[in-house]
Amino acid sequence: MKISRTVTITIDGKEYIAKEGQKLLWTALENGVYIPHLCGIEEEEKPAAGCRLCFVEIDGFLNPVTACTQKVKEGMVVRTRSKRVDKLVGTAFELLMSNHRLGCARCGANGRCELQKIAKERGLKLKTSRLRSLVPEVPVDESPDKFTYDQTRCVLCGRCVWVDHHKAKIGAIGLVRRGMSRKMATFGETAMADSSCTQCGMCVEACPVGALTFKEK
Amino acid sequence: MSNPAVEKMYRELRDKAVSKAEGMNEKPYVMVGTATCGRAAGAMKILETFRDELAGHQVDAELLEVGCLGHCYAEPMVAVYKPGHPFLCYGNVDEGIASRLVSDFLVGDDPCFEFAMAAFEPNDVFPTFADYPRGVYEQKIILADCGLINPEDIDHYIARDGYLALAKVLDMDPGAVVEEIKESRLRGRGGAGFPAGKKWEICLKAEEPVKYVICNADEGDPGAFMDRALLESNPHQLIEGLAIAAYAVGASQGYIYVRAEYPLAIKRLHTALDQARDKGLIGESVLGSDFKFDIQIFQGSGAFVCGEETALISSIEGNPGIPGHRPPFPAVSGLRGKPTIINNVKTLSYVPHVIRNGAAWFRGIGTPNSPGTAVFALAGKVVNTGLVEVPMGTSLRTLVYDVGNGIKEEKAFKAVQIGGPSGGCLPESALDLEIDFDSLQHAGAMMGSGGLVVLDEEDCMVEIARFFLEFTQKESCGKCTFCRLGTKQMLEILTDITKGRGKPEALELLWDLAEDIKTGSLCALGKTAPNPVLSTLRFFRGEYEAHINEGCCPSLMCNELISYRIVPEKCSKLCDACIASCPVEAVYTRPDMLKAVDLEKCVKCNNCLVTCKPLYDAVMKVTPPETGEGGDEN
Repeated sequence: MKISRTVTITIDGKEYIAKEGQKLLWTALENGVYIPHLCGIEEEEKPAAGCRLCFVEIDGFLNPVTACTQKVKEGMVVRTRSKRVDKLVGTAFELLMSNHRLGCARCGANGRCELQKIAKERGLKLKTSRLRSLVPEVPVDESPDKFTYDQTRCVLCGRCVWVDHHKAKIGAIGLVRRGMSRKMATFGETAMADSSCTQCGMCVEACPVGALTFKEK
Repeated sequence: MSNPAVEKMYRELRDKAVSKAEGMNEKPYVMVGTATCGRAAGAMKILETFRDELAGHQVDAELLEVGCLGHCYAEPMVAVYKPGHPFLCYGNVDEGIASRLVSDFLVGDDPCFEFAMAAFEPNDVFPTFADYPRGVYEQKIILADCGLINPEDIDHYIARDGYLALAKVLDMDPGAVVEEIKESRLRGRGGAGFPAGKKWEICLKAEEPVKYVICNADEGDPGAFMDRALLESNPHQLIEGLAIAAYAVGASQGYIYVRAEYPLAIKRLHTALDQARDKGLIGESVLGSDFKFDIQIFQGSGAFVCGEETALISSIEGNPGIPGHRPPFPAVSGLRGKPTIINNVKTLSYVPHVIRNGAAWFRGIGTPNSPGTAVFALAGKVVNTGLVEVPMGTSLRTLVYDVGNGIKEEKAFKAVQIGGPSGGCLPESALDLEIDFDSLQHAGAMMGSGGLVVLDEEDCMVEIARFFLEFTQKESCGKCTFCRLGTKQMLEILTDITKGRGKPEALELLWDLAEDIKTGSLCALGKTAPNPVLSTLRFFRGEYEAHINEGCCPSLMCNELISYRIVPEKCSKLCDACIASCPVEAVYTRPDMLKAVDLEKCVKCNNCLVTCKPLYDAVMKVTPPETGEGGDEN
């Protein structure tokens, strides 16, 4: 998409110049304003908007909105924090934690994990106190030579699937099933090594958490 | 109509259909309601009986299959016409009644009034539907012809001014058609009540050569079957509405997205489309004009969420039926990125009536902001279940007590669950609420697709909330965090409460989660999923607290919180019915011959309570559950 014009928007009281048509999430991130996010992909015209973490308040909107779906507009006034935003983000994050196998010390993503970053930025706990654990009992798929897939650490952001389809252009993986059974899997839900996966590693690099991690050499 | 070609073609079609209809009245005919509801009650057997009996008695009478009259409690229903007699409707027809109707009425001259429900037209001998309370309060627009015309014969529809509205709009400017719908203030009957005219206007104004119109017939709410009844009883009404919508916004391709679980509706739609194509009412040149329009049927494969418009579009495109973010709204960018109108079956079914009778006529019915009628699937603990059509603004009390004829077995009214899994439960204090889109929203429920379940004193509100949440939880596509995990967490809490494991702090967490899921979810399925919980928490908090704090279920519905007791003063001693009914030998005879329940063995199947004769009525449920052996004198 050709972007030529610029607009001025205000985030948390500070003015920023933004590319017209860009989604607010990316404008904020480019300018060093952090907004929690897991499923966002900048190049994707139709955002998945599934993780529900990038809520912000925008003047003129009744309720908090997701920054990944909102195009910047001239004069837009944004607040990344408010009581309502914090409550929504807090709940969404805690829900994700209730479905995420804990134990950062034994996780391959420890230190580069987006969940850790969100927790740090927003002062959230990397565990759940109010909710019950809904972590499925699924063994780690260690079949590929280069990486492993731990479904119990997957947050269903879909970034791996997107790079597999749009960058690697293999189509080895997809998001399958519905509701609580939704998961990333190969066609026929086979072990990764038995699929058309070429082990290019792009999906592992795209994973924001410890679901896909490279095997140590 | 000033387009002479269109007018001439329509006149010819109509004259032929009318003379065919008039010819029909010269000899007797029998109409059997064979919509899915009738079939479930055995209508096909009745149809067979009539066929055999008519042949056996060599009666020259036409046997027709028609749709649904809306009186579910009286299925199978049959209408018998014989010249010189009132046109009568018979309910709960069995094979015996069917053969009597042939031998006594058609061969003899006795209309068998003892089996008749009502007459269709005023006469001197038998009351009509309008003479009953339900008939007084009902006002049928889209259900008017259902059950009275053969859905597989287009001439029946045309003879009743069918497709007249389509002929009329072909001579109008598309903008004027949109204006008429806007002026009628017709609101979408799919649930949210968005003004149909406004949606059409957005689509009309979109400058794109290719546009689509879609009829959403993916009806999926538990207990809602109004769309199915319309599709099976009067498919042409919908096809005409869809064609008018297409003309108004400038689309030449339409889809009917109907769930595969409605095979009869799909079959009748296919037949209807073929007939409409044959008559030139859809196709390359609609009624000889230069308007080109055709309709394709797309079968949904069982996902409830495909009733959500972005998921529905995704499904037609061949992708998984998973909702996307709105905006852009489909009217701007919908199917294959083109401007698309998606309207519910009922919304589109109103369209021909609005065009034929004018926007002012439509606005004259119902309430100012929600004109027209509302179609409800009346179900639950109400005497006369069925499909009813009443003007918007009718009170819940009228619906339950007059149209539905009150609560079964004269039990006490507790609540109505309105709007299905997206709706809420309204208590007795809301009985005088005049229902329309806004009043329901305000009261914490929703018009939804029009399911209306009446609940009595024996229905536990926590269990009702759990039931509906379990449904939405199961139907969640799993894409967004709040709906996938949030509804699951809520369901776990509710399940705990109904099993007596609820903790006092659970209610606050439940409310908190519900509020966040409502605001934070991606699509309408998630956003409305907490409604049954929020409304029951609001109006029936006491019941939740009784479960948690006292371990009792006031409605005696939650199995874990009740136990069975045989009241010694009432037990007859000499009767062994309860013992025989027990599948696990939990009921036994005490040394003093009274019966008692061994609670260790009891599986709470309810058999003993049902079996105990009303004369004794000795078995009762108690809450909180007792422990150890039953009977007071042990």
